Amino acid sequence: MTYSLSDDRFILGGRSFSSRLLVGTGKYLSFPLMKEALEKSGAEIVTVAVRRVNLDRSSESLLDYVDTKRFTLLPNTAGCYTAEDAVRTALMGREAGLSDWVKLEVIGDPKTLFPDTEALLSATRTLVKEGFTVLPYTNDDPIMARKLEDAGAAAVMPLGAPIGSGMGIQNPSNIRIILESVSVPVIVDAGVGTASDAAIAMELGCDAVLMNTGIAGAQDPVAMAEAMKLAVQAGRIASKAGRIPRQMYAAASSPLQGISR
Amino acid sequence: MMMLRMNSMTLEINGETRTILPVSNVSELLKLLGIVETHVAVEINRRIIRRADWDHTPVSDRDRVEIVQFVGGG
Repeated sequence: MTYSLSDDRFILGGRSFSSRLLVGTGKYLSFPLMKEALEKSGAEIVTVAVRRVNLDRSSESLLDYVDTKRFTLLPNTAGCYTAEDAVRTALMGREAGLSDWVKLEVIGDPKTLFPDTEALLSATRTLVKEGFTVLPYTNDDPIMARKLEDAGAAAVMPLGAPIGSGMGIQNPSNIRIILESVSVPVIVDAGVGTASDAAIAMELGCDAVLMNTGIAGAQDPVAMAEAMKLAVQAGRIASKAGRIPRQMYAAASSPLQGISR
Repeated sequence: MMMLRMNSMTLEINGETRTILPVSNVSELLKLLGIVETHVAVEINRRIIRRADWDHTPVSDRDRVEIVQFVGGG
């Protein structure tokens, strides 16, 4: 039977979504621009950061521009360098958002923003015990992916390349091994620079893609949001359609017989 | 000095030392600070105060208060 995108649901943390594109809300030049890009992306899950309220009350609030009935907020623990800080931020995010979903990040180094996977695993265990649906941002290490799954993570989110780098999927083989290693959803998180990167992630068989800078940092974020939406859809359909094997030599598409001479 | 103490309280709010009119609970503090957003979380001395407890959780002089909200992030 032919695969149908419209019948295809993305199940994450026991909930069902139609979009396989998750987007961030950071780095936009303005909130109205972000709002338009979020809408164009078709995303249903948007990440947010947890930060101190500005006491002078001068700045606008992000949530004036994100319809919380339409979008599921996914608080992150960006900027946390220890398991303890990440857990504390997750707890604050849960209280602020009244949801126990968290995009768990424990950063190991400011220059690469690579995850500290040892601390990540520890924080995952703690938050799973606390009843969280934990979506950990991890590196493209299949062993760690399996450990995170064993710890109760609801998905694993390996990076394609460093956060904000736009370098694309640097190690597609590892992503494929991760896909074979775990049974929870695999979401490529970070590194996507343009539509083809998102399509590649999906063609590899990933369940979804999460990005922020790839859209927010584009010259025209609204147009790029649409490109990413279509790329994720195209990649998903292609992965279900089953690509032809790669081979070194040509295979003619037209009949070799009956050529008029 | 006595008068000053009775008519104000000093808190550390989000890392800033603030002297404010005395408040008796978390809800009053948020109101005084003009924080009307629905999506905020409050910690007092590193302990999260659940929303349902805001009305009856006291705020005391010298408490360390953290008030967070959602901002743009990836």
